[in-house]
Amino acid sequence: MADYLLIESRDLFESNDTAYFYDLAESLVREGNRVSLFLIQNGVLPTRRSERSAALSRIAKAGVELLADDFSLRERGIRNEKLIADVRPASLDFVIDCLAAGRKTLWH
Amino acid sequence: MAASKTLTFALMDPPYENARSTTALRLIDCALRRGHNVNVFAYEGGVGLAFAKQAPHPNAMHGRDVAQEDHPNPKDWITALLKEAEQRGTKLDWVQCGMCVDERGAGEAVAGLRRGSPADLWKFAQASDNTLIIPSK
Repeated sequence: MADYLLIESRDLFESNDTAYFYDLAESLVREGNRVSLFLIQNGVLPTRRSERSAALSRIAKAGVELLADDFSLRERGIRNEKLIADVRPASLDFVIDCLAAGRKTLWH
Repeated sequence: MAASKTLTFALMDPPYENARSTTALRLIDCALRRGHNVNVFAYEGGVGLAFAKQAPHPNAMHGRDVAQEDHPNPKDWITALLKEAEQRGTKLDWVQCGMCVDERGAGEAVAGLRRGSPADLWKFAQASDNTLIIPSK
């Protein structure tokens, strides 16, 4: 089992690749790995309850840990109470701690 | 706080174009604040982040002079990061890709950086606890 941190900076409207990145996170979990998906920049937009947030809820149910950069949320006026329950706001400290811990980290 | 580690970041985006540049500088700042040593390999448009001739400007559309506009320039943020590393007793080793600098005529960088080549990214990665590549689209 390996530990992965995937960082998603784009939203589903901006890039079709984003769905593939979600799929990658889910596939890694299904293969027995530990995966956190850290949403940042426009990547935080689907964290609001909407049709688009369903994809995030799906991979959360599969076991992907979901976090959203608190700074990016504030920049976009997304309040915590608007987030789907599967997402936890977090600071960049989380990313740095993962890097320091040696987790395999991918940026998209 | 966990033990100090060495982290490498590779930056590719030019300044003023994408939030990735700001995010990258935030990550470096966060790493330094947490006591880690940081290596940066700036390549392609990323070498423009430290270009010394960046200048603040007024905003005539909004009727603001230079001081009122307080336009942020990434070269100043990089200088601040170097100062922060020095104050915290950590290391910020920032390498500008020489080929990328020459292509863009961006040889005049803020003090404290050094010129290198893609081989430095390989050396950084070999000597680091982890490496994050932040690519452009």
